[in-house]
Amino acid sequence: MTYSTRGLVAGLALTGAAALTLTGCNGGSANASGGGGKVKLSLVAYSTPQAAYEKIIKAFQATPAGKNVEFQQSYGASGDQSRAVASGLAADVVEFSLAPDMQRLVDAKIVAPAWDKNQYKGMVTDSVVVIATRKGNPKHIVDWPDLVKPGVEVITPNPFTSGGARWNLMAAYGGSLADGDDENQADAYLGELLKHTPVQDSSARDSLQTFTQGKGDALLSYENDAIFAQQNNQAIDYTVPDNTILIENPVAVTETSEHPTEAKAFVDFLYSDTAQKIFSDNGYRPVVKSDETRDFPQPSGLFDITKFGGWDAVMTKFFDPDNGIVGKIEQGLGVPTSK
Amino acid sequence: MSQLVSELSRPGVRARVKMPALGPSVNGGFVVLFLSLVVLIPLSMVVYHAADDGWSGFWHQVHSPLAWSALKLTVGTSLVVALINLVMGTAIAWLLVRDRLPGQSVLDTIIDLPFALPTIVAGVTLILLFGTTSPIGIDLAYARSGVLVALLFVTLPFVVRTVQPVLLELDRDMEEAAASLGASPLTIFRRIVLPTIAPAAAAGTTLSFARALSEFGSINFISGNLPGHTQVASVFIYGKIQEDSVTGAAAVSTVLLAVSLVVIVLLTVIQRWVARRE
Repeated sequence: MTYSTRGLVAGLALTGAAALTLTGCNGGSANASGGGGKVKLSLVAYSTPQAAYEKIIKAFQATPAGKNVEFQQSYGASGDQSRAVASGLAADVVEFSLAPDMQRLVDAKIVAPAWDKNQYKGMVTDSVVVIATRKGNPKHIVDWPDLVKPGVEVITPNPFTSGGARWNLMAAYGGSLADGDDENQADAYLGELLKHTPVQDSSARDSLQTFTQGKGDALLSYENDAIFAQQNNQAIDYTVPDNTILIENPVAVTETSEHPTEAKAFVDFLYSDTAQKIFSDNGYRPVVKSDETRDFPQPSGLFDITKFGGWDAVMTKFFDPDNGIVGKIEQGLGVPTSK
Repeated sequence: MSQLVSELSRPGVRARVKMPALGPSVNGGFVVLFLSLVVLIPLSMVVYHAADDGWSGFWHQVHSPLAWSALKLTVGTSLVVALINLVMGTAIAWLLVRDRLPGQSVLDTIIDLPFALPTIVAGVTLILLFGTTSPIGIDLAYARSGVLVALLFVTLPFVVRTVQPVLLELDRDMEEAAASLGASPLTIFRRIVLPTIAPAAAAGTTLSFARALSEFGSINFISGNLPGHTQVASVFIYGKIQEDSVTGAAAVSTVLLAVSLVVIVLLTVIQRWVARRE
């Protein structure tokens, strides 16, 4: 009996070693073109535009430029996807939810430093941070100060695990400044806001789940996520605050692409009226407007991340876990609250 | 065959039964290679990266208020979970082996399901049951009690499945003999059953402790992840990865590894000590 067990263990070990070797050999060839003149592009993107991309790819394949192009698609959290490509995941086209994830690939020499030099600054879709509420907005939450009123619970993801949460907090911070607060008051507002946050999920999707499960009175969210939730029959309303932040989603062809011509053609197609309409149907603000694209309310006090000096400065000033403004607030929250 | 098994399982016998060797060095080599590739090298990489910024950097990462509180919550809750499992797991195993209940085989099968269920599904299920809109009126979510419940759910099978086979093998003649000599049920349990199942129960408890330390999926939703309050170490580590702080993630992971190691060694020592005393 022991005899055969040993054989089994040795066999398992062999299988394991063989599997590892095979994986190692195949790593580079995942991107090879298929037979019959077909080209396979690998699209690596963050999770929310998946539904849009499935339609856009069909539309692209119906055009002369796309008729011989097949796609291998991968969707996941923006930061995770960016790290995967940086660590060697084959990709021809990448799209992320925020520019620092693209910068990581520039640093890794996978994306050209000039990726943002087209007329749209490399961005393929936009969105804004909105305040989502229960259907009918029973607590009348329409602007930033309403979020810190007594008894209001706000759901937003943890800014240290979720890139989306950083947009949310910067929108709130900018909103506070626009209301006439000075920087100290805006810092205090952020602290107050996080005190009203009983749950800090690890991602925006988890937060949406928490909110639709009945926790909280307001949810800070991307506009496209709020529209997505409504399209999926979730009972939520949302308000676009007058002062909020512009979110821009970058796209690029990688320098490591084996099919740069086809990849470039696909990215060009993303700026076509057809593709931009599909994006806007899925809740994204189009960067190329046409009669076909959905109308979005234009907030009067829209600002972008450059208002705070860009992401590098913001990451240090706000989101350094030890000394950043938000880092210090979170440390101060480490006191057990009511529950 | 069963005689062989029972003979082998008697302490001291295994060493004397020498099996015919077929290229023992080759097999041993493969096993070591397999262990190295799959376990040892990845683990040592974690420890290696934890030391990227030297000892003071490591200490700074681990002792930051949020990391420290996540670690305390995780280790503390895991200990409680392991102890509850020790008692309840043994009780369930006892019930499955010694009692005859209607639907027992169904129960026996259900025990393993928490293993099979993706933990993220477990998390969503628990939030539906114990969340704000709980149909049974129990609101545990977004609090430390929620973490405890989620961990109990995913670690349930460990003690049951380690203790059950030992109870099955346990010779009832000894218990009957003890009873006929006037020993009380408690004495029989303490003097005969407990020493036999103790090693298995301890092993199961250790496994459930280690599993609880590293659990992510099921807790992710139900804890609420409030830093410094309900955020567990695994979610904190995930945050460090999201911040591109591999060193921070590795440092906190190393602490979890060390805690696991200490507990495993401690239990082994206690087991040997108990065995020597018997």
